[in-house]
Amino acid sequence: MAVDEDTVRAMAHLARVQIDPDRVAGYATEMSNVLALAEQMEEVDTSDVEPMAHPTHAVQRLRDDVVLEGNEREQFQEIAPETNDGYYLVPQVIE
Amino acid sequence: MHDKTIARIRHGLASGEFSSREICEHLLSRIDQLNPSCNAFISVSSELALQHADDADKRRAAGADSPLLGVPIAHKDIFCTNGVRTSCGSRMLENFVPPYNATVVDKLSQAGVVCLGKTNMDEFAMGSSNENSYFGNVVNPWGSNRVPGGSSGGSAAAVAARMVPGCTGTDTGGSIRQPASFCGITGIKPTYGRVSRYGMIAFASSLDQGGPMAATAEDCALLLQEMAGFDEKDSTSIDRPVDDYCGSLNDALDGLKVGLPKQYFTEGLDNNIAASLQASIAELEKMGASFVEVDLPNQHLSVPAYYVVAPAECSSNLSRFDGVRYGYRCDNPADLEDLYKRSRGEGFGREVKRRILIGTYVLSAGYFDAYYLKAQKIRNLISEDFTSAFKEVDMILGPTTPTPAFKIGENSADPVSMYLNDIYTIPANLAGLPGISVPCGLVDDLPVGMQLVGNYFTEARLLNVAHRFQQVTDWHLKSPAK
Repeated sequence: MAVDEDTVRAMAHLARVQIDPDRVAGYATEMSNVLALAEQMEEVDTSDVEPMAHPTHAVQRLRDDVVLEGNEREQFQEIAPETNDGYYLVPQVIE
Repeated sequence: MHDKTIARIRHGLASGEFSSREICEHLLSRIDQLNPSCNAFISVSSELALQHADDADKRRAAGADSPLLGVPIAHKDIFCTNGVRTSCGSRMLENFVPPYNATVVDKLSQAGVVCLGKTNMDEFAMGSSNENSYFGNVVNPWGSNRVPGGSSGGSAAAVAARMVPGCTGTDTGGSIRQPASFCGITGIKPTYGRVSRYGMIAFASSLDQGGPMAATAEDCALLLQEMAGFDEKDSTSIDRPVDDYCGSLNDALDGLKVGLPKQYFTEGLDNNIAASLQASIAELEKMGASFVEVDLPNQHLSVPAYYVVAPAECSSNLSRFDGVRYGYRCDNPADLEDLYKRSRGEGFGREVKRRILIGTYVLSAGYFDAYYLKAQKIRNLISEDFTSAFKEVDMILGPTTPTPAFKIGENSADPVSMYLNDIYTIPANLAGLPGISVPCGLVDDLPVGMQLVGNYFTEARLLNVAHRFQQVTDWHLKSPAK
């Protein structure tokens, strides 16, 4: 499927990633080429095939619901761009 | 001194021939001298390394021993190292200093290794040439105009140039095996779930697997012995005892049955690589291995399926980088949406953004079944092809790459031609199988690799065959290093 420039902009918005307006046409071509590659999969009928969940069929393990880690908030917030009083700061959201 | 393998270094340290400080100082000065032109390292932690080397020497003097006590290695800059910057080759994490260690880092530290630094890589492990690193491309020590492969290109180049005897790497679609092949070293991608992914920055979680890279299969066995094992902290880790990789290295190859997939030996493969493989097959036959043709009919769908699954999982995994909790944040955001968009737009490079866009597309409403679900079904077909083949043979032999290392810039304009470089390595990732690349020749003065893919959890057998092959060949000893 050929991807047009509006679709590139829509995907960039969904992914919350700014892209250079000069690059939109390039991304449209590159995405179209990769999707054309992916469409080779259509040649095989997979209606009776299960999708893979884990290569060795492992299932999700469960463990007892107990606390394993201590409070590491201060350590984690040391590497944050902006914090105050234990909170992560972002631009004002609510007027 | 720099030509020593890990096995040789262990012996030298144990016998008192040299100290950990001596070998580490020697290699650090070599890194100082060679890294400016090679760019294999993003960070070199000299002070910390020498401190750890001294600790190792003191522990040894006091009678302590552990398998890799005092042995210098380097970690790919995708493994989180507590207190040491972990960039993942990205501007997004240019100043990220993790508050914890990856399990692999912890396990190797417990075994006694001394980490000299962090190696360069394609940004977030997305690439086959190391041209996608924010910290500049890595130059292949075998040729100043050649790529080292990727994404673990810094690790491969560092070992090839004998700046360090072994490194960690990660492999999502060939990122250990392809650079190992391009740089003339040995690298193994274990079975999915064998090595913990905890603290290994995620790219495509259903494919990512860490493994060792070193000059020889024996050194890979020594490293993997310590890296492998069950980890509570990784939900996809497999709870199963680790085999004795070193103990079985010298097992005989009599009766070994090896499959040659007819799809691998076709016109897409460089003639000289095919000839190197034929010569390698002859060596293995002399040691008692027999060869039969096998059929992997869905092999050609590996690259198409991979370039749906990997971008889809990448777009999901990389959504955590939002400019709020850690990593890059843009200047003066107008509002929250602007903060997200510009932090991600400025923090990620071109290939990462391309894959996020593709991944977002294939996961979006209306397209999920046609792309992601279809690709996961194709994975099962590819996996079943291997299962059928392993009823007949013990392992599969083929090329690691279609060509030797290509020129810097040669494939960077066309993503699809770059992606096709991984045509022989991707199937093992899709099926979760272990694969090893072993140096098997020189083509136009550039190294090429032979790939062996085994059934689940047959790392010991792969290392055994590679080791025996290295007892009768010397490709793994060739190095461009002076």
